[in-house]
Amino acid sequence: MAKVKGAVVVDVEKCKGCDICVHACPTDVLALHNEVNGKGYHYAYMANPDECTGCMNCALVCPDSVITVYRVKPQKAKV
Amino acid sequence: MEDTIIKTENIVFKKTELLTDNELSYCPGCGHGTAHRIIMEVIDEMGIQADTIGVAPVGCSVLAYDFMNIDMQQAAHGRAPAVATGIKRVLPEKFVFTYQGDGDLAAIGTAETIHVCNRGEHFTMIFINNGIYGMTGGQMAPTTLPGMKSSTSPYGRDVEMMGHPLKMTELIANLPGTCFVTRQAVHTPSAVRKAKKAVRKAFELQKEKKGISFVEIVSNCNSGWKMTPVQSNKWMEDNMFPYYPMGDIKLPE
Repeated sequence: MAKVKGAVVVDVEKCKGCDICVHACPTDVLALHNEVNGKGYHYAYMANPDECTGCMNCALVCPDSVITVYRVKPQKAKV
Repeated sequence: MEDTIIKTENIVFKKTELLTDNELSYCPGCGHGTAHRIIMEVIDEMGIQADTIGVAPVGCSVLAYDFMNIDMQQAAHGRAPAVATGIKRVLPEKFVFTYQGDGDLAAIGTAETIHVCNRGEHFTMIFINNGIYGMTGGQMAPTTLPGMKSSTSPYGRDVEMMGHPLKMTELIANLPGTCFVTRQAVHTPSAVRKAKKAVRKAFELQKEKKGISFVEIVSNCNSGWKMTPVQSNKWMEDNMFPYYPMGDIKLPE
């Protein structure tokens, strides 16, 4: 049975690198990037994208609402 | 793989359009942003964007009207409940809410808060409690915990000299003019979901005109507490929650 697949997109320039999403992620998908954005913050990115299930935990706790979450159901993922 | 997932039809969560595109002026990791978002999501889901008037306080969230894409007014320090009273009495069919911090609601605005709750006006109050004056540089607030360090209590709050922390939410729950009093947090996904339900309930109760619906959100202030955002959330769970326990304090009859 195929897993539910998800992905997140972070608005890099608005991310403040607070690290809260990284700790909220149950599957250790997110991490803070070694590079910094225009404001000098280490922004969040998908370090381990294959594990994302699109559970939205990161987006729910993001104080700056910079995370958009996508999810596809298993039957769609197979196609 | 990602290319097949990242399509508009697969979006399950995106920023609500009731938050403007302005970048929030809050520190990284501050609970204010999450609190703003859940209030705007509730207004969006209820479809009352054109019928809602918010009142911004003085404090970190003084610029809330820049971020919330609804009609807003900004009140003098502590006077948001008085301004909201005027708005709600003139426009009783509108949804009115105040958004205040602990310095605004529990210190300089104590009189307004208590009297508005005692009179039983029919609007919602959102109270962000982070136990410190954030904007002015981390001074001690009425809600600062015993022994907690701040820039004006550098050796920790001494209750002998500085008094005890004020549990504003329990205090106003005793007043007859309140109908729904609850305390929530926004530091974990489950807490955010619960807090959003509480805010939704508070707004729904305005229709019934039973009195003040009051939602306290215990939040962090990582800059004022001198911690990282993740550390401050942990510290909040370990220290703030025992003194300010989560849950509903008063439910409508």
